Amino acid sequence: MTEKVLMKGNEALAEAAIRAGCRFFFGYPITPQTELAAYMAKRMGKEGGVYLQAESEIAAINMVYGAAGAGKRAMTSSSSPGISLKGEGISYMAGADLPGVIINVQRGGPGLGGIQPSQSDYFQATRATGHGDFHLIVLAPSTVQEMTDYVFRAFDLADEYRTPVMILADGMLGQMMEPVVLPEPKTEFPEKPWAVTGHKGQRSHNIVNSLHLQPERLEETNIERYERYARIKATEQLAEEYLVEDADIVVVAFGASSRIARSAVNKAREKGIKAGLIRPITLWPFPEDVISAAADRAKAFLTVEMNMGQMVDDVRLAVCGRKPVEFYGRAGGIIPTPAETLAAIERLAESLEGGAR
Amino acid sequence: MIMAQPLNILLAGFGGQGILFAGKLIAYAGLIEGRELSWLPSYGPEMRGGTANCSVCLSDEPIGSPLVLEPDVLVAMNQPSLDKFADSVVPGGKIIVDSTMCARLPERDDVTIFPVPSTQLAEDAGLKGLASVVLVGKMLREIGFCDPVALDQAIVKSVPAKKAHLLGKNRKAFEIGMLNEDGDSSPVCSLPDGWVAE
Repeated sequence: MTEKVLMKGNEALAEAAIRAGCRFFFGYPITPQTELAAYMAKRMGKEGGVYLQAESEIAAINMVYGAAGAGKRAMTSSSSPGISLKGEGISYMAGADLPGVIINVQRGGPGLGGIQPSQSDYFQATRATGHGDFHLIVLAPSTVQEMTDYVFRAFDLADEYRTPVMILADGMLGQMMEPVVLPEPKTEFPEKPWAVTGHKGQRSHNIVNSLHLQPERLEETNIERYERYARIKATEQLAEEYLVEDADIVVVAFGASSRIARSAVNKAREKGIKAGLIRPITLWPFPEDVISAAADRAKAFLTVEMNMGQMVDDVRLAVCGRKPVEFYGRAGGIIPTPAETLAAIERLAESLEGGAR
Repeated sequence: MIMAQPLNILLAGFGGQGILFAGKLIAYAGLIEGRELSWLPSYGPEMRGGTANCSVCLSDEPIGSPLVLEPDVLVAMNQPSLDKFADSVVPGGKIIVDSTMCARLPERDDVTIFPVPSTQLAEDAGLKGLASVVLVGKMLREIGFCDPVALDQAIVKSVPAKKAHLLGKNRKAFEIGMLNEDGDSSPVCSLPDGWVAE
């Protein structure tokens, strides 16, 4: 089916997850992701899968742990405060090397915050989703089409690297409708010889566990996991580049804010400012190779985020002091306008001219 | 395709007036014509008893911000929405007003205002609750943002199967809007061939 349909981001993502073979969804309602769970409630039964509204977010993520441990494609979704509650379970999944997909349709924080779109969980997603040394693969869609494409990919990445994968969306992407082409249902799935399934005594027991009381053994698991992370960093970095080749000012933005940044870049070009855009698609692994390469020729960077400045740290690490890196953002659920983003680009352009004189 | 200009539309009113549905009709018409489009509703507590609004962008280029802050077209279905958003309409833009619900019209001479007593018109025709569809008809008449046939298909797509008995009523409401000559009328489209009101 290649027909374009009109769907909300939350619903399109849910449908794509089902088509990716997800048959276990555990959720708990929270604005602005509720349509996702509601869609799953409606559809999952018809697919012979399990939809379960858990008693809490903590229960839901631990149900994902259980289903993933049994080798099944499982998912949970929530919005910012609910993801904080899932943090412990996500750490357990990482510690037990379990694949699974976690959706965060972000809203403004901290605390209960608000319900309008935000990107203020970037640190949480890329740094410290839970305790311990671990990472998630984090994908950042910017359109409803990408909501579907990335969740479809997320299940494959999770299985390939035996790691939880997060889709970091936001209230705008979840609530908006755009034309979308849904993927063909997946029919072939990777073997999971490690899964804890019944084996009628035909093989030795599989164990899914994150508890290792011997420090030497625990260190081994950490080192092995970080070797896997090194492979992920080497092969899975993904970013879109737009007008970067001759750009003096490279704007870096992901997800919803990248759409606004792209409009601002177009307007800057109309005004004769050579601006370009790098849109990180994987937030972890961060596309540092693309940023680093751009730092060789660009004059300055500007990150545009819907938070008080989080991804800007990763851009600074990649640029490594070679060029100035500035930040422009709005917080609390406010979406920056193309005009104010353009103004930030113009201010940076003026400061560069001033420096050259 | 009648018009290829990007069009940023803001629809606003009370929850329950059909604002989101009207936006959906416009969005579906864009989908049917193969255009780029976005539909973004306001959501959360403000939807319950307060103002509901909906941003729709139609374009032939990928859409940047789906949030319409400076509309080319404002469809306002109550006084608070009209008062709140009238000043944000771009110069040269259009404001389509449910004049049954709005006693005061904005004092701007750089936009064109089309007052339509759509709530009254809908009620008189036995189409209670379909005032927003009347306004979509009026908008199409005055702005010609899509082929009327595409909008008819959009109505067919948007009326859920469970409510198929409302299809004819929605078409009728749309037609009332299309035929409305009040205000500044510069018709750019006519009813589709073979159009039969039900």
